[in-house]
Amino acid sequence: MRFFEYEAREIVKRAGIPVTDYGFTTDPQEAKEIAARIGSSTVIKSQVLSGGRMKAGGVKFADTPEEAEAHAKDILQLEINGHMPRGVLVDPKAEFEQEYYAGVVWDGTRKQPVMIFSPIGGIDIEQVAEEQPDKVGRRHFSNILPFGDFEAKEVIASTGVTGSALNKLTPILTKLAKLFVDNDMTLAEINPLARMADGSFIALDAHMDMENEARGRHKQLLKDLGVGDDETREAREPTAFELAGEAVDSQDHRGVAGNVTEFDGNLGLVIGAGGGSLTLFDAVRKYGGRPANYCEIGGNPSVSKAKGLAKLVLSKPGVDKIAVMMSIVSNTRVDIVARGVIAACLELGMDPAEKIAIFRIPGAWEEEGFKILEKYGVEYADRSVSLHEAASRAVEKIQGAAA
Amino acid sequence: MSILVDAETTFIVQGITGREAVNLTRECLDYGAGAKVVGGVTPGRLGREVHGVPVFDTVAQAVAHHGRPIDGSVVTVPPAFTKDAVFEAIENGIKIIVIVTERIPRRDVAQMVELANLRGARIIGPNCLGIIVPDVIKMGGIGGPAKDAAKSYKKGSIGVISRSGGMTTEMSSTLSAAGLGISTAVSIGGDAIIGSTYAELMPLFEADEETEGIVIYTEPGGRMEAELARWVTENDSRLPIVAFMAGRFMDEMPGMSFGHAGTIVEGKEDTATEKIARLAEAGITVAEEISEIPEIMKAKLAERSAA
Repeated sequence: MRFFEYEAREIVKRAGIPVTDYGFTTDPQEAKEIAARIGSSTVIKSQVLSGGRMKAGGVKFADTPEEAEAHAKDILQLEINGHMPRGVLVDPKAEFEQEYYAGVVWDGTRKQPVMIFSPIGGIDIEQVAEEQPDKVGRRHFSNILPFGDFEAKEVIASTGVTGSALNKLTPILTKLAKLFVDNDMTLAEINPLARMADGSFIALDAHMDMENEARGRHKQLLKDLGVGDDETREAREPTAFELAGEAVDSQDHRGVAGNVTEFDGNLGLVIGAGGGSLTLFDAVRKYGGRPANYCEIGGNPSVSKAKGLAKLVLSKPGVDKIAVMMSIVSNTRVDIVARGVIAACLELGMDPAEKIAIFRIPGAWEEEGFKILEKYGVEYADRSVSLHEAASRAVEKIQGAAA
Repeated sequence: MSILVDAETTFIVQGITGREAVNLTRECLDYGAGAKVVGGVTPGRLGREVHGVPVFDTVAQAVAHHGRPIDGSVVTVPPAFTKDAVFEAIENGIKIIVIVTERIPRRDVAQMVELANLRGARIIGPNCLGIIVPDVIKMGGIGGPAKDAAKSYKKGSIGVISRSGGMTTEMSSTLSAAGLGISTAVSIGGDAIIGSTYAELMPLFEADEETEGIVIYTEPGGRMEAELARWVTENDSRLPIVAFMAGRFMDEMPGMSFGHAGTIVEGKEDTATEKIARLAEAGITVAEEISEIPEIMKAKLAERSAA
């Protein structure tokens, strides 16, 4: 979960790393007051979870509080890449000597976090890494031992930084490492980290990403920052169809059914079992099919959940048929899914044999499932029919129906 | 033979009194020669039994009851308690730990893996279905109930490594139906950080006489495939590898973006297209459909035996 800049700065500040005397607001009048309090030139920054703020006009400089107010008013109404800003940050326009970079990220191969440091900040660190690799220091650190001062010094010194800068940067890096670990971040980055005229260091901007799975153990922080439980911060807002899917899924705790993403095709998919759903979605497209949705179903959902999902997909405008397919299941019961999808058709007054293009779920309780499908004349397949073959049959059927 | 587990492997189930764990225990006891499930652990439930398996409050009690070291543990406890349970297993001398639990934050996983490395233990998972050696033993929910597992997993010569639990069975079933069969199949989980990756399991399969080839299931995201490609390039492996990649459609969707710093460490090569190219460069054939895998593997095996 990504944080807004004003939230990320608050997290940095709480970790004991110096930040500017900034203010966050959603009100132009208040922006003026913050600028007056700051008492020098300011920069007004749009608070959106999107890159390209500068280019879109979401960052503006102001010499007076009145100018800050005018900029805040403009920026608050400015949509950037489809997102309206959460508010604006009013920040002192800092006079600094040099910009540095400090960040922590996971290395999945080494299975450890890496501290990355560079005396060149302010721009994309990947660009620096490409153009001046000797100016980017990296150091993996233990998951069990705390990140020590010596480790901070090693990574800073590896880039040629010495003198008082080395000693002043050291605690900032150890605090950043601790912040990363303590808050279950997947990315914690200060860029730029500025050296001021008096030799002190201050975080001018920060990016923070928290692992979604860990949100539960940071309730207090999220509450303090005003992040609601319902704020998923996904790149795209969920559609009404997707929200209805969530409602189906939350019916009871058994299994997953209703975790859907909407597309504009005509073939509804009731597919699942992790990798099976990825494989089947690819397969439907390979044979020229147009999926109406992507779907994850598994973990042995109840009949009513399977039914709810099938009803949702069948009721979606433009959906002619559904294909019910999974890789060989271990714990999800075939008969339960069969019951659910047939009940969905019947409750909607549809003929299961006509609406279910194919049912290909082999595995646990398959004999019972196949019996039910036979009774309603639904075409089904066992494990001797591959996932791709099943997908191709479903596509053929829906194309036949459309013709 | 097999890798990781064999007929003699003893293991416990941590969280044994949970609904899924009770089923899992039954399945393991019923499969093959019957797994040696020597105990279960659920704090506060000392003295109970699950399908005849004695339940203890702690791993230490289970080890004391067994009277000698226990080889493995299947951990199926809620995410908030998983790290402690795995630390407990490791500190009580357990060497092979299958973590079934999903949604564990990666910091916890990384800590468990680091402690396991320090103590000479190995973690499979999290978010995985475990390990199966056809007709011999299954450790975890892999393949489902014993009679279903027997349908999909026939004894043979191909090692299977899969990021998806369900696809482990799908691919193994296809290999079994084609007469190739399985030596050992391992569901490794697909999280950002896992205990054992493809590349980390390759030396084990390499040393296993029964295994003649490897089939992997993979998806976009992460660096696991690049790591495998590098392993294959740097090692003179006797084992041909065939891969199947799902999620090709994700390349065309706006999605996963690393933070800037992430690309420096993890690289940009996490899309299906880039992974396929990387695997192919290393001589790993990527099948378009699962049903093609057996023929590709047979051709590769014939090529090796002719050489």
